[in-house]
Amino acid sequence: MDKVMEQLMEALTSPRMHEEFLSGLWDTIYSSVLATAAACLLGLILGVLLVAGERDGVYPLPAPLMKALNLIINILRSVPFLILMIFVLPLSSVLVGTKVGTMASIPPLIIASTPFVARLVEAALREVDKGVLEAAQAMGCSPFQIVWKVILPESLPSLISAATTSFITILSYGAMSGAIGGGGLGKIAINYGYYKYNVGVMLVATVLIVILVQIIQSVGTRLAVRLDRRVRTVERKGRLGKERKKVLKKAWDAHRPRI
Amino acid sequence: MIELKHLSKTFPTAEGSFDALREIDLTIADGDIFGVVGMSGAGKSTLVRCINLLERPTAGQVLIDGRDMTALPPKELREMRRSISMIFQQFNLLMQRTCLGNICFPMEIAGVKPAEARKRALELLEIVGLPDKADAYPAQLSGGQKQRIAIARALASDPKVLLCDEATSALDPTTTRSILRLIQDINRRMGITVIVITHEMTVVEEICSHVAILDHGRMVETGAVEEIFQNPKTEAGRRLVYPDGVQLDQLPAANVVRIAFNGGSSYEPLIASLAIDCGVKVNILGADTRNVNGQAFGTMLLGLPQDSGEAAKALAYLRAQPDVTVEEVPDYHG
Repeated sequence: MDKVMEQLMEALTSPRMHEEFLSGLWDTIYSSVLATAAACLLGLILGVLLVAGERDGVYPLPAPLMKALNLIINILRSVPFLILMIFVLPLSSVLVGTKVGTMASIPPLIIASTPFVARLVEAALREVDKGVLEAAQAMGCSPFQIVWKVILPESLPSLISAATTSFITILSYGAMSGAIGGGGLGKIAINYGYYKYNVGVMLVATVLIVILVQIIQSVGTRLAVRLDRRVRTVERKGRLGKERKKVLKKAWDAHRPRI
Repeated sequence: MIELKHLSKTFPTAEGSFDALREIDLTIADGDIFGVVGMSGAGKSTLVRCINLLERPTAGQVLIDGRDMTALPPKELREMRRSISMIFQQFNLLMQRTCLGNICFPMEIAGVKPAEARKRALELLEIVGLPDKADAYPAQLSGGQKQRIAIARALASDPKVLLCDEATSALDPTTTRSILRLIQDINRRMGITVIVITHEMTVVEEICSHVAILDHGRMVETGAVEEIFQNPKTEAGRRLVYPDGVQLDQLPAANVVRIAFNGGSSYEPLIASLAIDCGVKVNILGADTRNVNGQAFGTMLLGLPQDSGEAAKALAYLRAQPDVTVEEVPDYHG
């Protein structure tokens, strides 16, 4: 225990470690942000295809195509991330020229998380009321307009929640990638904690990841709640009188001939 | 003019096919408020969805001003749909848009300039009586207010036809009446043809001029509302016009006549004048009467006095009345 405290003190005080944590933190943040942005974009496209392209969707696609799409997503989702990453690393060397380091971990992160994001997007888009889609169709919307102007804006709060979950998942995948050459806080935790028995450094790296997750989650939740217009806002105490006046006006209006 | 010709719709189900609509023929004149009424499952909603092709009919034609909707390519169909607005039982507003945004939506789709759309939307808010709700979100409104916004949205594309699919079924009676009045007003002011789908005969009574009765996918009766109310020819028609039926089993074993009101000014004075003019008192054993556009329709069962002379006098008096049909009920059972 004393040893852990000693390591912890060193991790917290030594300038060398500070530098290491900072660069790890930066690596983690930028790789997660880049991978999340790409995965969200690809996942959004796939999610829209999954919902719009099904048999009763707004733009039905050929059934074999939909089957293939579903199968690929399911296969990619069932391969454990670390193994998938090993499979995809050759792609990294083509794309970013190296198999190790933070940049090298980004393509596998994108490929591993896109199917997951696609499923989250699919679930969010399915929440949109079928009646609203019907109304849009009745108004003469094209399939593209229904997706762009109805389905996506109507499911925006759920999409933000999905993006938040995706960001956090990608962050943890990124940490895991530290085990096979990826960079960032995960690498620091594994290198020091697992290979050098330095539990103190591992703890600090982990706590940094936890803090990062907390920040992302609360920002994401707040944004989703703020943008959600589907719930009636709570009336504030002082407005009771105003509300009552409105009710009275409504009653009065109802008895007056219209127009 | 809307013409449905031999319209049929069959849905495949696990237990074979289900005929939602069978050989419907219907003509709806411009500027009419046309009711389509029937019990739930009669095919009303399918019928209205076939008009704007949200459901594609299995067979038959939907002609709007002579153009066959079923033959239009997708793009032209979308253009046509812009002139056929629809409101729904569940309102189906965009929850993430303000009321103003909702009303602007159809204009946005049609490529109207935002500033112009906004101006028109504000006018429409005024028309539906909610000028102060421009920036409110649908979740902040009551059911009646949501339907008013939906109506404003429906009017935004300057439609020729307004389809109302059980538009008042989720509303309380007072709100229903005010929404119906609004629809009637829009019909009169803008000359929009309105098709009202409902299971409530009271809605038809309140605003429709013509009505079609659907039963198990077939159109069993159609005509002017007064006609149907006066004399429903089919079982389905009678069930809708007299939902509670006429209570025959409470009758005493005496002379019973059924009188039908065919649109006279009112029915109550008749019984009073019968007592005053003939000095004969009758029992009202059952009545199902209603007021359609200020005219009385329905039937009343009267128990005549035991004394045959008085009974005959009363019968003669009733027969002499205009707008009243009298028939004796010999086969009642006490």
